[in-house]
Amino acid sequence: MTASMNLLVAVCLGYVALLFLVAFVAERAALRGRGGWLRSPVVYTLSLSIYCTAWTFYGAVGYAARSGLEYLTIYLGPTLVMIGWWWGLRKLVRIGRTQRVTSVADLISSRYGKSTLLAVFVTLIAVIGTTPYIALQLQSVTASFASIAQADPNAASLDDNRNIALWVAAGLALFTILFGTRNLDANERHHGVVMAIAVEAVVKLAALMAVGVFVVWGLGGGLGETLARIDASARGQWQVDGARWAGLTFLAAAAFLTLPRMFQVLVVENEDEGHLRTASWAFPLYLMLISLFVVPIAVVGLEIMPAGSNPDQFVLTVPLSQGQNTLAMLSFLGGFSSATSMVIVASIALATMVSNHIVMPIWLRLTGGGAVISGDVRHVVILSRRVSIAAVLGFGYLYYRLSGGGAALAAIGLISFAGVAQFLPALLGGILWRGATRTGALVGLSLGFVLWVWCLLLPSFGTGVVISESVMAAGPWGIGWLRPYALFGLSGVDPLVHAIVWTMLFNAGGFTLASLISFPTPLERLQGAQFVNVFQHSGRTQNWAGDTAQSEDLMVMAQRILGPAQSQALFQEEARRQGLVGYLPEPSPDFLARLERELSGSVGAATAHAMVGQIMGAATVSVDDLLAVADETAQMMEYSSQLEAKSEELTRTARQLRAANEKLTQLSVQKDAFLSQISHELRTPMTSIRAFSEILRDGGALDAETRAKYADIIHGEAIRLTRLLDDLLDLSVLENGQVNLNLRTGVLAEVIDHAVAATGVENGPLRLVRDRQAEEVMLETDLDRLAQVFINLIANARKYCDAAAPRLTVSVQVRNGRLMIDFVDNGTGIPRAAQALVFEKFSRVSDQNAGGAGLGLAICREIMARLDGSITYLPGQGGAAFRVTLPVAQRVAAQ
Amino acid sequence: MGKHVLVIEDEPNIIEAISFILSRDGWQVDTHSNGGDAMDTVLSKRPDLVILDVMLPGRSGYDILTDLRNHHETAALPVLMLTARGQNKDRDMAERLGANRFMTKPFSNADVLDAVRDLVPQ
Amino acid sequence: MTGKPTPLFLERRSYRQRRVIDAARLLPVLGAVLFGLPLLWPRGAEDAVRTSSSILYVFGVWLILVCLAFVISRKVEDEGDGSTDTNDEGRP
Repeated sequence: MTASMNLLVAVCLGYVALLFLVAFVAERAALRGRGGWLRSPVVYTLSLSIYCTAWTFYGAVGYAARSGLEYLTIYLGPTLVMIGWWWGLRKLVRIGRTQRVTSVADLISSRYGKSTLLAVFVTLIAVIGTTPYIALQLQSVTASFASIAQADPNAASLDDNRNIALWVAAGLALFTILFGTRNLDANERHHGVVMAIAVEAVVKLAALMAVGVFVVWGLGGGLGETLARIDASARGQWQVDGARWAGLTFLAAAAFLTLPRMFQVLVVENEDEGHLRTASWAFPLYLMLISLFVVPIAVVGLEIMPAGSNPDQFVLTVPLSQGQNTLAMLSFLGGFSSATSMVIVASIALATMVSNHIVMPIWLRLTGGGAVISGDVRHVVILSRRVSIAAVLGFGYLYYRLSGGGAALAAIGLISFAGVAQFLPALLGGILWRGATRTGALVGLSLGFVLWVWCLLLPSFGTGVVISESVMAAGPWGIGWLRPYALFGLSGVDPLVHAIVWTMLFNAGGFTLASLISFPTPLERLQGAQFVNVFQHSGRTQNWAGDTAQSEDLMVMAQRILGPAQSQALFQEEARRQGLVGYLPEPSPDFLARLERELSGSVGAATAHAMVGQIMGAATVSVDDLLAVADETAQMMEYSSQLEAKSEELTRTARQLRAANEKLTQLSVQKDAFLSQISHELRTPMTSIRAFSEILRDGGALDAETRAKYADIIHGEAIRLTRLLDDLLDLSVLENGQVNLNLRTGVLAEVIDHAVAATGVENGPLRLVRDRQAEEVMLETDLDRLAQVFINLIANARKYCDAAAPRLTVSVQVRNGRLMIDFVDNGTGIPRAAQALVFEKFSRVSDQNAGGAGLGLAICREIMARLDGSITYLPGQGGAAFRVTLPVAQRVAAQ
Repeated sequence: MGKHVLVIEDEPNIIEAISFILSRDGWQVDTHSNGGDAMDTVLSKRPDLVILDVMLPGRSGYDILTDLRNHHETAALPVLMLTARGQNKDRDMAERLGANRFMTKPFSNADVLDAVRDLVPQ
Repeated sequence: MTGKPTPLFLERRSYRQRRVIDAARLLPVLGAVLFGLPLLWPRGAEDAVRTSSSILYVFGVWLILVCLAFVISRKVEDEGDGSTDTNDEGRP
């Protein structure tokens, strides 16, 4: 069997078809809820293997052939991070889950007050750092095609490798778009993709180990023999530079946490925190196995391959040279898997970032954003993701074309690591230190980024490409201490270590210093507390005071992003949780925080925050939030907060229940009291009527005068009954707000005249004292209703004023823009205890029974409320005193 | 000479009605319209029966009833309670406090008369 | 003895649990130290360490770490946080 190009293409296509199938089946199973096996810790561990790209698969052997054991650092760093999961990863995953983090940019932006600026910055660095890396994968696939083509004499000349790269890029874009943007699930998990990369992880490990076993036992003559060969080779001694050993281990560890694709699989795609526990040992094992045979392959390759052959292709060319075509094919698939899985996840991660932090904010700004956008936003989000994926891959391809492949590209792996490692201080500081601020993160990132570009990225294009030779040698403008490889006079150090030292020093230093001297916004402090103390407060994000938000607007917005069904379910569930019926819950802080998290799954934390903020009326942080921050601090100082949170929750619920119960009881008591009062007020006149009508009916010895008197009583009580019913109806109408005001213009004096006449006090003992001059005030109000109030007050004075020479003084004044009419009599007044009750229904002003039902003042209060005024009891006037107040706007000066 | 009935009630018309009904039947009727000093009146007038309204100014009928029952001279005095709040709990309350009879307003004259005759052995 | 005095020490299980977490925290430190040892190895001419020995050392350490991580991951309970976690990281 020869390694024919046709067979290769067929196998390759078959493999791709298999991956599509795997992804498809996994998606289907997940959709039907039967994806239990998708959520196994093994799948999670395998998905982490995208850390091992084609750079590992092919490059590690080349690396070992050139530099001995130094390649191990790339795997030792992540190993240390994984076995140290209890320190950082566990927290990172918990934060990612509780805050619905969609990417490393989202995490950093969310931690530092949902800053859009930071999100954009991180996204840009990630794109700059990752694009060359994608190009590297395309290059490796192309190179492996070329290696096989060389071994196939029949193959058409394959000088247009670029076509292969283009096809690979297009195929990957298709796959990623198909399975990476299939749904806009709030939790951003892609079962199909994860399953496919898990399969690829198995393939690449199996392939590399198969080649390794073949090399050691097939070519090397067994384990001992191979070890002897290794010692005899040019790489026979430990020659690793100490600084590089430590520096690269640190760099790999940092990159493992900060690489967008690693963050995607580690945090975003994490189904279950428990998986981390398995991965903590299983992934180091995977790394160990995958690097196990690297040195033997390199050493044997150097021995048996002709001088000058590319050690980067030994994994493929060694089996080919031995006629092991099937093994070579497996090896090819391993490399292909390594490249494709990395590209797929990296482009999903980048596309999420680009879409959420660059495209969506711009789009929202252009279209006005928030609730005013029309139509369904979901298709915009998905479209933006798809375009972003295509763009990321397009950039990768373009970079590959422009760089022309080759050695310049090979170096990019570590440079890319160093670029994304700049996120480390902001990331770790953000989850471990509450004092970290947005300013700190921005300063650190900027310093790190600038130094990285100057010391690593620009020189990597080759001397004379971007940075001229003279600048490399003497520094810009001849300033020696700015030389890219000898910054601040630190010369003679390995360029990579040099860059790691300076970028990390300035990044972490700037971050710390700026955090120490700047002051965080309340939102940053809040988020900081929630991130750093995530284990104490899982699931509590209180960011909004919900009074001003309109649930309906939120609903409209949520529907556009989450889709109608999902958002209706969300709103309905929340409404039910709050004990309400229907679809519109109260916009409580809890609910808004939850909604924001759901939205952030689709559009990122900063955008979701901005969108909710728009509806909430712009105020980003309220006094309540500040109080929440303060409360939180206090709590943490005193208690183990989780317990506290739980008991607080219980207390709150109990308090709410108690309040609700009190209110119900109160209402019930009020209702009973009201009914009882009504009953009393109706039965009392009825009693007289019945008794006297029975007496009259019985006849007997009644003289005419008595009969007339009794008939009079019956008549009077009937009138009293009627009046009571009238009052009740009147009050009911007033209380329900159904009253029609008859607004007219008139003079206050005339209204009082009318009231005096209606009560008939002029003929009684009560003397009225008035100031007609002051009463010459023009009014525009319901004059009849106002007169009704006056009648009540005058009648009360007549009835209850117990002075020997009863007197009622009516005085008028304007104060603070309000017209005040006081009715003060010279009686004993109302006892202090009763003052609060005089306006309540059925409360009698005095013990004396004067035939009133006790509704008069209640009616007055209702009337004055309708007239935009008020009636109050005025204590300390020497007698009963009532003040009627009307807004001055309703009066016009008469003169 | 008829027996002596004290009517404690604040509605003048109802006082008038009850006085008329009882006087016509030969009872001697005294009236009192304030809750506050009702107890003094009872002790000074020494009636054979008290007709007691619940809602009284100054002191409620229930309080007066409690005082009556707690005083050795009036502990066994027959009391007929009248109320305009026709709720069961008022009836229960009256019975618990030791009212001999409980009637809801409006009442029929004949019923009042029957009750009074019933409560005071002639 | 009658009555139950408030225990001065944690019950055995949570005590174990805390020590397991201590181990989980220390493991990466151990790993870093062991992987850092090659920094001390002599380099250059004659007395340099042979690559075969270095391979055996590094992979040996690696394997031990994997095994320890495996054991620890089995022993750590699901919710190891709570009280043990309050001193996880000091507040600034």
